[in-house]
Amino acid sequence: MPEKYIMRSSAIAARMMGNEMMIMSVKDSTFFTLDPVATAIWQAADGQASLSEIVARKICTEFDVSLETAIRDAERFADELAAHGILLISDQPVRAGQAPQEIQ
Amino acid sequence: MSLLAEMNQKALKLGVPMSVHLDVTYRCNERCVHCYLDHDDHGEMTTAEIKNVLTQLSEAGVFLLTISGGEVFMRRDLFEILEFARGLLFNVKLKTNAVMIREWEAKRIRELGVEQVQISVYSHRPEVHDAITKLPGSLKRTIEGIRLLCSQGVKVAIANVLMAGNSADYAGVIALAKELGVTYSVDPTITPKIDGDRSILQLSVEESMLSQVFHDPALVGDVARFCAPPPPPDDDVMEGYPCSAGHTSCYISPYGEVFPCIAFPLPSGNLRRQRFMDVWRDSAELKQVRSIRAKHLTTCSSCSHVGTCTRCPGLAYMEGSMLGPSSADCQKSFQRTGIPSANMLKKTRASSAGPLIQIQSLAAGQGGSFTGEETVLPA
Repeated sequence: MPEKYIMRSSAIAARMMGNEMMIMSVKDSTFFTLDPVATAIWQAADGQASLSEIVARKICTEFDVSLETAIRDAERFADELAAHGILLISDQPVRAGQAPQEIQ
Repeated sequence: MSLLAEMNQKALKLGVPMSVHLDVTYRCNERCVHCYLDHDDHGEMTTAEIKNVLTQLSEAGVFLLTISGGEVFMRRDLFEILEFARGLLFNVKLKTNAVMIREWEAKRIRELGVEQVQISVYSHRPEVHDAITKLPGSLKRTIEGIRLLCSQGVKVAIANVLMAGNSADYAGVIALAKELGVTYSVDPTITPKIDGDRSILQLSVEESMLSQVFHDPALVGDVARFCAPPPPPDDDVMEGYPCSAGHTSCYISPYGEVFPCIAFPLPSGNLRRQRFMDVWRDSAELKQVRSIRAKHLTTCSSCSHVGTCTRCPGLAYMEGSMLGPSSADCQKSFQRTGIPSANMLKKTRASSAGPLIQIQSLAAGQGGSFTGEETVLPA
């Protein structure tokens, strides 16, 4: 299965509230809150690290979850956010400014 | 409860300022007859000062940022400010009259990911709108600005302040909003000038028109529900706080002054001398505002409308006491439900109470009477 690289979109507003991350899409005003696990993935989504690396490094070391389960949940989470345009998914590393889809 | 409302509750519990209204200038290219601001520059914050404030707000947890004025486009550094704010991932709402928005500005607003642009429109008729703004051609230019923003896909909301001079035109503004494909909101509240001058309140919408507005399904939806008598207040209502001002939101002026709200001119600190979080956490004024619960309100705590009234603590403060009633909101509750507020009943009793000293004729009871009024003391 090909690696997935994820990067936060610039078309969002985001802020931590306690241990949750608030995110609003500026495209469709959809509002999300991310729990601590999802927040950890979101914060690590710099376009450079693959999703499996992020899960192994940020999730399995800090949360009580198996790698297999965590990767499956993380992929579902990434697909959901990507569908709203607030997370960008690529099959190769992405640098800031080279995002596959920016605000249009 | 919506997810955003849940986060607001969490912000309240954690003491986080969820939203801030920042005016970047009081200068304006219009001279609206009802405006509560003066339009001189008394030493606005510089670009660097505003960026510093925005950084502090971001660190404090502010999520919803309204950038307003005056007219925001009077600042040449507006896009530098917006770019910086968006870089800090604020959800940015911009308030403007759109007169200075051309294609480039509309495109840049979209590129920066501004969540919404709120634009004031007073009438669909140029002669009425322009008479209020005192800027000839302003309605035409405002509508052009709205069209340019819409063509870029920017979300636009028309804000329609109602007053005596334009209250008959709101249906026309609703139709204009529909034609433009933007949302519409109406506000029948005129606020005193920021220096305390209350003379502009005479521009307020007539009571009969206020009642008509509150009973128009095009504005309020389910009229029976909107205008229903208030339910008896329970303990939750009496322990509740009046509004978000000072609790999860505040206002910052172009001079760095912090207030609980734009409509609540209680000076609570100045960001040219203090850190934002020091003001937010430690200001005696904000602490006082936060300590007020519905049960503490003089008059309003015994009012049947206490749980449903739109009572603005800022208007109450400008009327004399932040614990007291806001007459404009009493009027709204009355026109909405037909039930007078405790404050209105109190005033009626005071004005209908007879003279405090009466002198009765010695001839009383002897085929005629005379009551003279020697002195009437103010209630």
